[in-house]
Amino acid sequence: MGSSSSFWSLAFRQGMRSGAFLGEIYCFLHVTTNYVGFVGYAFGPSMNPTLHPSGNFVLAERISNRSQKPIRGDIVVFRSPENPTKTPMKRVIGIEGDCISFVIDPEKNDKSQTIVVPKGHVWVQGDYTHNSRDSRTFGPIPYSLIQGRVLWRVWPFQDFGPLGPTPT
Amino acid sequence: MSIHKFIWEVVKKSFAGGIIALTISDRLCSFVPVRGDSMSPTFNPHRNSYLDDYVMVEKFCLKDYKFARGDVVVFSSPTQFGDRYIKRIVGMPGEWMSSSRDVIRIPEGHCWVEGDNKASSLDSRTFGPIPLGLIRGRVTRVVWPPQRLGKI
Repeated sequence: MGSSSSFWSLAFRQGMRSGAFLGEIYCFLHVTTNYVGFVGYAFGPSMNPTLHPSGNFVLAERISNRSQKPIRGDIVVFRSPENPTKTPMKRVIGIEGDCISFVIDPEKNDKSQTIVVPKGHVWVQGDYTHNSRDSRTFGPIPYSLIQGRVLWRVWPFQDFGPLGPTPT
Repeated sequence: MSIHKFIWEVVKKSFAGGIIALTISDRLCSFVPVRGDSMSPTFNPHRNSYLDDYVMVEKFCLKDYKFARGDVVVFSSPTQFGDRYIKRIVGMPGEWMSSSRDVIRIPEGHCWVEGDNKASSLDSRTFGPIPLGLIRGRVTRVVWPPQRLGKI
């Protein structure tokens, strides 16, 4: 009797300890992905020359997003204003106060439009303008929708490297 | 030697505690004060009281972003980077709402927020419909002052 109760108390203590350890690992992962950086997946043709349409894993960071505003040319991950569960990646073309002229639908005609990006918003656009759902459809997006800034491409391995701002 | 060990233990414990607290406040719920009288009959009913109301904000709704008309939500300001407002959702996608300038249709994935105290409230009538992705949580109950403890 005594040996069995000590066995169970030992098992209970061991279980509690490993449960607490798993909980701490979960909390650590949560804090890392929400405050430092995360690995994102991009799929689709909208960023064509920069990212492969067949799928990429990229490393994005959140630190600079908290203190400073994005710069023109950065690739950012943001929550889509049309569907908040989707997080597309696009390039920042204009920041607040910029005057942006864009071709509404490059496949059909050359009709263009010019707007001023309002305060607290950014203008995001895909690199492959013929097939991209971006600010030309849903307008400028607020800063607070931006989740992170893309730093490195992680996979596919042959293109491992930084994805810095490039002049457009 | 033992004092070093003791300091190291304290640092380790406080780091773990901070991480756990941050995770709980992000995933489960957090408590925030309400400033201003834009939600006046619901929060801060007395104009001249020095004590702000504290409310409980639950974060489970951020998993699928499903909200109903009448929910009180916390969201980041679309114009002022870093500010957070507490307002009530009064319009869902597809409805027509009247702003200060004209009548507009709420686009897909957006919602219309307004304060309960329409006279002094900065809300969608000024900056238009807000994307659901800006929402940071749903207010479920008042926790302070204790005599007004209760659901919303």
